[in-house]
Amino acid sequence: MGVGIEVSDLNAWYGTNHTLQEIQLTIPANHATALIGPSGCGKSTFVRCLNRMHETNPIARVTGKVLINDVDIYADASPVEIRRRVGMVFQRPNPFPTMSIYDNVASGLKLNGFRSRRVLDEVVERSLRQSALWEEVKDDLKKKSGASLSGGQQQRLCIARALAVDPEVMLMDEPASALDPVSTAKIEDLIFELKSQYTIVIVTHNMQQAARVAENTGFFLMGKLIEFDSTHKIFTNPHDKRTEDYITGRFG
Amino acid sequence: MTQPAKIHVSSEPVSRLSDVKSSAKPSVVRTFLRGRGSSAIADGTFKVLVFLCALSIFGIVFLIAYELVSRSQLTLSKFGLSFFFRSAWDPVNGDFGALPFIFGTLMSSFLALLISVPFALGVAIFLTEMCPKWLRGPLSFLTELLAAIPSVVYGLWAIFVLIPILRDNVNPKLTFTLGWTGFFGGSNAGYSMLAAGVILAIMILPIISSLTREVMTSVPMVQREGVLALGATRWEMIRIGVLRNARIGIVGAIILGLGRALGETMAVTMVIGNRPEIVKSLLAPGYTMASVLANEFSEATDDLYLSALIEIGLALFLVTIVVNACARVLVWAVTRGAPARVA
Amino acid sequence: MAAHTMRPPLRASSVNVFTRRMKSGIVSGLAVLATIIVVAPLIAILFYLLKQGVTSLNWDFFTKIPVPVGEKGGGMENAIVGSGVILAIASLIGIPLGIGAGIYLAEYAGETRIGNLVRFTADVLNGVPSIVMGIAIYALIVLPQKHFSAFAGGVVLGVMMVPTVTRTTEEMLRMVPHAIREAALGLGVPTWRSVLTITLRTASAGIVTGCMLAFARVAGETAPLLFTAFGNAFRSTSLNEPIAALPLQIFVYAVSPYDEWHRLAWAGALVLIVLIIASVALVRYVVSRGTLKGAS
Repeated sequence: MGVGIEVSDLNAWYGTNHTLQEIQLTIPANHATALIGPSGCGKSTFVRCLNRMHETNPIARVTGKVLINDVDIYADASPVEIRRRVGMVFQRPNPFPTMSIYDNVASGLKLNGFRSRRVLDEVVERSLRQSALWEEVKDDLKKKSGASLSGGQQQRLCIARALAVDPEVMLMDEPASALDPVSTAKIEDLIFELKSQYTIVIVTHNMQQAARVAENTGFFLMGKLIEFDSTHKIFTNPHDKRTEDYITGRFG
Repeated sequence: MTQPAKIHVSSEPVSRLSDVKSSAKPSVVRTFLRGRGSSAIADGTFKVLVFLCALSIFGIVFLIAYELVSRSQLTLSKFGLSFFFRSAWDPVNGDFGALPFIFGTLMSSFLALLISVPFALGVAIFLTEMCPKWLRGPLSFLTELLAAIPSVVYGLWAIFVLIPILRDNVNPKLTFTLGWTGFFGGSNAGYSMLAAGVILAIMILPIISSLTREVMTSVPMVQREGVLALGATRWEMIRIGVLRNARIGIVGAIILGLGRALGETMAVTMVIGNRPEIVKSLLAPGYTMASVLANEFSEATDDLYLSALIEIGLALFLVTIVVNACARVLVWAVTRGAPARVA
Repeated sequence: MAAHTMRPPLRASSVNVFTRRMKSGIVSGLAVLATIIVVAPLIAILFYLLKQGVTSLNWDFFTKIPVPVGEKGGGMENAIVGSGVILAIASLIGIPLGIGAGIYLAEYAGETRIGNLVRFTADVLNGVPSIVMGIAIYALIVLPQKHFSAFAGGVVLGVMMVPTVTRTTEEMLRMVPHAIREAALGLGVPTWRSVLTITLRTASAGIVTGCMLAFARVAGETAPLLFTAFGNAFRSTSLNEPIAALPLQIFVYAVSPYDEWHRLAWAGALVLIVLIIASVALVRYVVSRGTLKGAS
């Protein structure tokens, strides 16, 4: 049930800053793809172009084509529709503080007008199980607020919230960078499990993480995509010297 | 609980999501969401609605100006600008001149500033630079409270407490010591320009003080530290490190207090004596623009009378707008647009 | 010679230092003195008001309307009810307009020129004397209708609420972290829904108290009601007739020559002050706690 992403001639600006230059990329369906690169290389901007979040900033601009399951997300659909099909998990967990755990997970559906109680209950349970949070919160679903959980639990809550709307693609922008090692490990296990059902794109600073969870890896540098290949190839025998320099820790 | 199809914590390596995949639930969600469509119309409508709400603020100001101008045409055309420079108030014969009221407004406000500004600054300096932490909360709460007390309540207190004090204790002493200046003589009824100045001073003090505090606290600590590091005394630190940087804002705070004093109605009406005369003595009754409106508006029988009163209202409107605009610009310049919490 | 004696020693003369220290001490003393001179009488005012009001307050105050001059007893029930009616109308006008404008400023206008213009105009509008507002509404509503009314009173107070509610709503909305909005957007929630159900709800505590503050402020206003609501010696709830209001009644009684009426005026003043104290305290409490309930 995954979807392939085809990116052609993607350029992005932030004011006068040309943050992404001529990106061409095909992300295979039902796999996890990692994007690595030093700070400021544009990988976060790239994923935000995939669900049209980049343009929410008034000085941001995007040109080019992004096809998700043969739908041109810029030409053929509105941002709101696209974001329902492409889910996102952010670097810092951001559950809605005024809502319970249940309402947080169900928010994507309820706020779009979904009414059926029975289906919502099932969706909430399914999503929480998928994100490995169910056992820890099943007794407090409606009593505890989303913000009262620990950092790692909050992030899994955000993952559950994103999964609840049954997206075709899951984007993760450094999902574990604000978490402790135990939570990080749990999140990585999650990604491993989810990738058979969704197409996952994960931005990460942590090359070991990329090596652990992703089949393919792309290396970004200063707004350009330098290399994209199987993870194994990138980390053992990269084609480009800059990739090799980054992998071996010469910069970044 | 032990059904193999249920998913446990992901400590086991084999993915069991394929079992969940076989249920029909996901497609229900997807189909539902696909059918929601873009919300462009709702979003657009919402944006227009809130924009209209914001426009209403302009609309209100415009409406007020329009009504004031259009309804004062009669006297505007009859007296022109001389309306503001004549001393006359004869509704019976249709002769109107607003000078006594303008004098009263300016005098009472000026008096109020004279009395309150030194104290307001002193309080602000104390609270910002010298006050022990535990005292700061209660004192600033008190200041906020006093700024929020309604004018009519201040007036009530002034009638039964302030005026007797002035009439019985203060005014005789003033006449005795300073009567030679001509500012403190004549009849001593208590209801006077002085009483109006004092009650106004009490009312605008919290505003000037709070705003001055806000302006002073927005001066960065490094300014203070830099001056202290050079060996300055505390007062020098305040003077050079804080006041010098904040003085534009402090002037703005004072002007804001002035703006409030100019338009203050009820408390002034209750203590000023309501006599439209220009007299040198502060102990004599007077009349302000706001007070004459409060007292005589509902009794204005003919159109000319009403027009005269509305023209006074127009003048008050324009003056307070200009004064407040200047004040806000000055305060903004120092605090960089952070909204002032003072009414 | 050692190096340190090659330059003249930097040493403020002891007299100079003494004078400067004296000055600083004097100024500090003046500041403290100013504070005491200001605070003590102001506390005295508050206590005097409380004392006079409490001794005049009884159950009749809330349940009876005024009795004819010269008789004892009676209350201000009609004024309290009247104020309630006027304030209800005012809230219906002022709160939606103010919150809408606040949403516009916080979510759509940001730092734009039109946004700054709206903010500036709102601040300036706040400074317009309330009596001038009363005149404008008199001209707008009372003159054409040829009679005073509770409706006109409600309109003028509602209009006065708008700038305050707008600014506090904007302030509270800006405190909602950007991450929350991004989370809502990322789920594909339409903007209007996200603003109303997520951003507004997160800031709701602060916005509600801002409305309360605006409410308490106009509840004590007398001048604009002088020729809109006008006042009424009897109980009325009709929107189209003159109606009594608490601050109006206080004014009329305060300037009257009757002791009994003075007593009632004090009681009314106490009611107003309690309302003010409660609102100010509540606002300070909410702001100090932060507007995000349960946020980590």
